[in-house]
Amino acid sequence: MDLAVFTFDVLLPALMKGLIVTLQLIACSAPFGFALGILVATGRQYGGRLISWLCKTFVFLIKGTPLLLLLFILYFGLPGVGITFTAFTASVVGFILCNGAYNAEYIRGALISIKDGQMIAARSLGMSRWQAIRHVILPQALRRAIPGLSNEFIYLIKYSSLAYMITVIELSGAGKLVATEYFLYTESFAAVGIVYLVLVTITTVAVNILEKRLAVPGMARGTTAAQL
Amino acid sequence: MEVLSILIDWFPYVLTGVGATIGLVLSALALGFAFGLPMALGQVYGSRPMRSIIGVYVWFFRGLPILILLFLFWFGIFPAIGLGSLSAFVVGAIVLGLRGAAYQSQIFRGAIQSVNEGQMIAARSLGMSRLTAIRSVILPQAIRIALPGWSNEYPNILTDSAVCYAIGVAELLTITSRIVTQTHVTMPIYLATAGIFIILNYGGLRVLHGLEKRVAIPGFGSGAV
Amino acid sequence: MNDNDCVLRVEEIHKSFGDKEVLRGVSFDVRRGETKVFIGPSGTGKSTLLRCINQLTLPDQGRVWLDGEEVTNSGARINHFRQKIGMVFQNFFLFDHLTAVKNVELALLKVRGMSKAEAREKALTELRQVGMEDWADHYPAEISGGQAQRVSIARALAMDPDVILFDEPTSALDPELTREVLEVMKRLAREGMTMLVVTHEMGFACSVANEILFMENGVVAERGTPDMLMHDPQFTRTKDFIGRFETYRQGD
Repeated sequence: MDLAVFTFDVLLPALMKGLIVTLQLIACSAPFGFALGILVATGRQYGGRLISWLCKTFVFLIKGTPLLLLLFILYFGLPGVGITFTAFTASVVGFILCNGAYNAEYIRGALISIKDGQMIAARSLGMSRWQAIRHVILPQALRRAIPGLSNEFIYLIKYSSLAYMITVIELSGAGKLVATEYFLYTESFAAVGIVYLVLVTITTVAVNILEKRLAVPGMARGTTAAQL
Repeated sequence: MEVLSILIDWFPYVLTGVGATIGLVLSALALGFAFGLPMALGQVYGSRPMRSIIGVYVWFFRGLPILILLFLFWFGIFPAIGLGSLSAFVVGAIVLGLRGAAYQSQIFRGAIQSVNEGQMIAARSLGMSRLTAIRSVILPQAIRIALPGWSNEYPNILTDSAVCYAIGVAELLTITSRIVTQTHVTMPIYLATAGIFIILNYGGLRVLHGLEKRVAIPGFGSGAV
Repeated sequence: MNDNDCVLRVEEIHKSFGDKEVLRGVSFDVRRGETKVFIGPSGTGKSTLLRCINQLTLPDQGRVWLDGEEVTNSGARINHFRQKIGMVFQNFFLFDHLTAVKNVELALLKVRGMSKAEAREKALTELRQVGMEDWADHYPAEISGGQAQRVSIARALAMDPDVILFDEPTSALDPELTREVLEVMKRLAREGMTMLVVTHEMGFACSVANEILFMENGVVAERGTPDMLMHDPQFTRTKDFIGRFETYRQGD
């Protein structure tokens, strides 16, 4: 088959379909992963003994388990104890847990970096602990965590590909199906790769713009180890 | 308990999986170091074209999901260039290594750049050539600064090794899946596997921390950036 | 006990950190409009004392009353009391992510529940009081230390407190910036604000204090009006301390 025909009549349409699923996976996971990260980080930092320990253990378990295994557990394992997710749901749940755990670490690092004085001043004005966290500590911490959080978001874009391993036909899956049907492996996967590279690059640029928009004069940027 | 008896029966098999996983991880770290360090040096001290090429390499290998890299090389590139007979393990090790090199080059680059400028100035003023200065003054410091970065890399490499399941490498996750299919016991096996990965993860990190401590220089901060 | 004039009553405050007893029974009353200044060698617990008053540090023993209501052991009501006890810190502790006016507004909006318009108006009024209304839209990183401290005073004032605690407000500032802050504080004192000030600024103490309390070894060793301090032969330790201070300052 002529390469051009292949590309435009077969490959691209298939990849676009897959891309939509990938975007759906990301759109469903990212907001909740972000929220989960905030909850777990503040829970660990400011919660009582029990909550703090739970948050710490949650992160420990999720970070220590490969995401693919987590997806297997959610999709293949849970039915054994009576919980059945669709493949898409299992993927989203897995991504939320993974994204949330890593976000929590970045946010926690940022929370720790906020000087004590901020909390002291807020409380001295009569704010309750949670008011202080919400209006003074978090706004600063989240800004500092942007490099780390955006790094994690980019990882999310990439590991969304693992949904294929539990039968979700997203971008990677679409590429593989076309590749194996037409025996045009390098071409198909190269095309898939290009789409991911474009997604990642656009995100990187968008994050830089976001960071500049949100910057406050004098607030130091957060840890840049993530940018390495 | 049924699970326990299964685990005991299949233990040798599981062990081969663990071995393969460790093999993949070590390859990734070793290849990553072997290629990553020169790339970092190239990016810091090299010419413009060299920096661009390395930049593209890094962008490519960091921007693509590991799954796609594995598919691309296993199904496409290696067969196309006549290396189709490589085992899945070797392909997996190479791909993880190439990707590791991309990440590690950035860690080393940051570390090299954060070594005080004055170090190079002092070295040159003593008459050392650039190469000698890099080898004897900059690198020893840079590597110690970079070690904590390895601690960040390691869990990622471990997770990526599990993705090698997709091309049939007989690492731990693959082994586990086969056991599950054969015994029809799912959750307990998966959870036990998670436990093994957790042990590998934190055990490996312990080893890395120990390494950091052993090569640490008193008073020399390891805060990278 | 409920002297109508008595805004703040502090009784037998004890506080230890580990096995170091920093406050060994400090008691005093503050009447409305009074300015009390605490002086003494570093590490004698003066800052700790202030923080025990608004419970930012919990005293081991002792009680505090504000306008007749007990502040110590008040549980969640402490937030209510903290609105009425203002505090100004040595390192200002301005909210770094907010402009000056928003720093002053925040507690008005979130704690006192004012509307945005009301809060903005009050914030600007207070900034005007301390001479910082032209800098309302600047961030803490963009203003000098003295300006930041003045904003922090405005922030405390905006809550309409019954008393303001100043914890070494000028110790982190160099001499020129110190003056502008002391000027604001002197004006506040003259206008009748009830103030407790921990400071090393003797000139300030002598010009506006109604009473100077010299703290040593965790207790109030000597206390009296600035006049008494200057002329009464009793106040040996205080004079000693001030003298050492003066010599040092003359020396450099």
